[in-house]
Order: sequence, then structure tokens, then C-alpha cells
Amino acid sequence: MTMTEPFEQAVQRHGETVLRVCRAVLGPGPDAEDAWSETFLAALRSWPELAEDTNVEAWLVRVAHRKAIDVTRVRTRRAIPTDQLPERPSRETVEGGDEQGVWAAVAALPERQRLALAYHHLGGLPHAETAQLIGGTPASVRRAAADGMKTLRRVYGAQGDAADREPAQQEQVRCEPTHRESTPRTTDGEPR
Amino acid sequence: MNRTPEPPPAPSSGPAIVEEMLPLEDGRLAGLHARLAARAEQEGLLEVAYRTVDSPVGPLLLAATPQGLVRIAYEREGFDAVLETLAARIGPRVLAAPRPLDAAAAELEEYFAGNRRAFDLPLDHALSSGFRAVVQRALPRIDYGRTRTYQEVAELVGNPRAVRAVGTACATNPLPLVVPCHRVLRSDGSLGGYLGGAEAKTLLLALEREGSAA
Repeated sequence: MTMTEPFEQAVQRHGETVLRVCRAVLGPGPDAEDAWSETFLAALRSWPELAEDTNVEAWLVRVAHRKAIDVTRVRTRRAIPTDQLPERPSRETVEGGDEQGVWAAVAALPERQRLALAYHHLGGLPHAETAQLIGGTPASVRRAAADGMKTLRRVYGAQGDAADREPAQQEQVRCEPTHRESTPRTTDGEPR
Repeated sequence: MNRTPEPPPAPSSGPAIVEEMLPLEDGRLAGLHARLAARAEQEGLLEVAYRTVDSPVGPLLLAATPQGLVRIAYEREGFDAVLETLAARIGPRVLAAPRPLDAAAAELEEYFAGNRRAFDLPLDHALSSGFRAVVQRALPRIDYGRTRTYQEVAELVGNPRAVRAVGTACATNPLPLVVPCHRVLRSDGSLGGYLGGAEAKTLLLALEREGSAA
């Protein structure tokens, strides 16, 4: 059986996941949004032929991986005649929504950690499948993803602690109670 | 699409903690969705475009194929169920894309404001077949502000004994309002059923009475 679900459902259910993956891979600038658009356009084209029992999210994440590579190629090509200009700042461009500075921390991770984290933690792909996309062994992917997460937790924990002292951001933290349990802390709120 | 219910939690995605650590700005995804809809339309990829509008008879879902308006649904029909049926019967490339429905939304607004007596929209009758389709195509011949009985409609389509089938055709009309099944009543003058509910039928008939008197 091929797909009979409305495509809109795929956009609603997986749009955010795919955007996070694209941002982690390409930085939080326009490249990530181009990759998101190309991913969903390609998915829309293929949608009627897709097997009904496909894991749609994993499928979209693999399409996003290919589109991110395309976007990177185009960026590199465009960059050749203008190589006197400063390096395109897309890794550093954070257009809001990153009060905690964690997106910036993702951009600063070593490439393998960043990609492993993108496809495994954000995209939900198993380590073995992530290894097929980015090379290396599943074990090395597991290590890279874990190392990346460790860095992000440290940044997030530090910022979360700062937020406790700022009333404007405290509200936001209260709305999302689950991460407080997941972030190792001492009783007085200091991250370990 | 603001009327699409919250998606269920994705079971396979990474730990929820990582999604909290990496927030997305409000409205960013809506902007990307709008861009996707525009490009999909441009490239002729959409089998069904849809949007919702508010109206005096409650929220309405409007859906169109490249051929024309294919479905108008009342909220009580369940928009998700309607979209699933459209995907199964027409094609799964179904996307919230407002622009192809601009003309339909504008004409409906004029109708509800009492400023429009007939619709001038390309229609796609793909969801109807057989006798139901014959009846549904004949219904626009009942003028604004007038009513007919199921019996009279059966006679109108040349099948005077098919009163019950006319009732079924009205009850399964995929294009209510534009195809005015609300103008068909029981022979005793009582309201009869309506897929938008009796209250909506009463409201439409009152609206058209006022509109004709003006």
C-alpha cells in the first residue's frame, strides 16, 4: 500500500524536527531554511509513491541530509568568486529563539559531534543509520553524539541557572519543568 | 494551519530535553509553511489545497483541486476526517495553502453579508457520481431565497419516484452552500436534515429571505 495520509500531517508532525536537524547541520541561518524547503518539496513530490508503513520522520531526516549536502555545495560554489569577502557568518547567525545560547553552542561543536547529534538526538535516527549518513562506526557515532550532548547540557545548565536570577526568563523555564530533572544540579540549583 | 490538532508526541524522536534546549522561534515554521505552499502551488504539485474560514455558521473548511472547488465542510463533519477522505479519494498531496481558495473565501464572505445571490466559482465534482451527482448539479437551479421539496427536486431531475435518493444526494453534498442543498425541505414544510445541522439550515434560509426582501 502506498501513502494515503494527507501530506499536511507530515509537515505538522515533523516540520519542527526537520528544521532542528537542518539548523544543527547548516547553522541557524537561511541555509537551514532553504534545506527545510527543499526537503519538504522533494517529499511532497514523492509522497504518493511512499510505502504506507514508512517511518515518515526517519525518511524526512534522510531527505534533509541529502538536501543539506546540496545546499552546502551551492554555498561553496557561490563562495568561489567572492572569496575576498569574510566567511559567511551563518554559523554565528542566531535570529532569536536562542536566549540560552544552545544553538550557538551546537554551531561551535566539532563537525562529527554536531552531525551525530543532529541526526541521532534531533532526527531520531539510530546510531547505525546515522553512521551510514556521516561515516564511521555506530560506536563512534554514539560517542560523538554523547560528547556533543555533554557540551550542550553544560551550556544549557549554566544559562538555566542564570535564568533563575532573571524574572523575565524564569517564567519561560517554569513552563518547561521536565528539563530541570534531566539537568544534573545540586540542591541549591548550581549545575554540576 | 491553526485548526490542525496538536500532533501526537513523536515516539522515535530524540530525548525531549534536546528539543527544549534548542527552541524554535514562534512563527518561524508558519513562515516556512507559507513558502512551501506557494512553491508547491507554483510547481503544480498540489492535488488538494485547503484553508479554513470563519462564518456565521461556524468554521468552514474549503478545499480545491486544480480543477476547482471540490469540498466545503462544516466543523461538525470533522476537518481531519474530511482531509483524510480527500487524500484517499483524490490524492495525498494535500496541503494547507490559502491562495487557491481566495476567490471562494471572498464569495462566501459576500454571500454571508447578503451581497451575493449566486456563486461564480469553478467547481470540481470529483467526489460525486451517479444519481447523486445529477441531483447536486441541478440544485443551483433553485434560486436564492426560494425553496423546493425533495419531491419537487426529484421531479426536476426527471425521476419523480426517487425522493429518498434526492434526500441522500442532499445529505452527501460535498459542496454545501455553493450547491444549495439547504434550499430543499420536506413536503410538509419542515426543515429536513442538513449536514451543517438544523441551526445552520435555519440561519441560511433566514439570511436568504432577508437578502431577497432587500
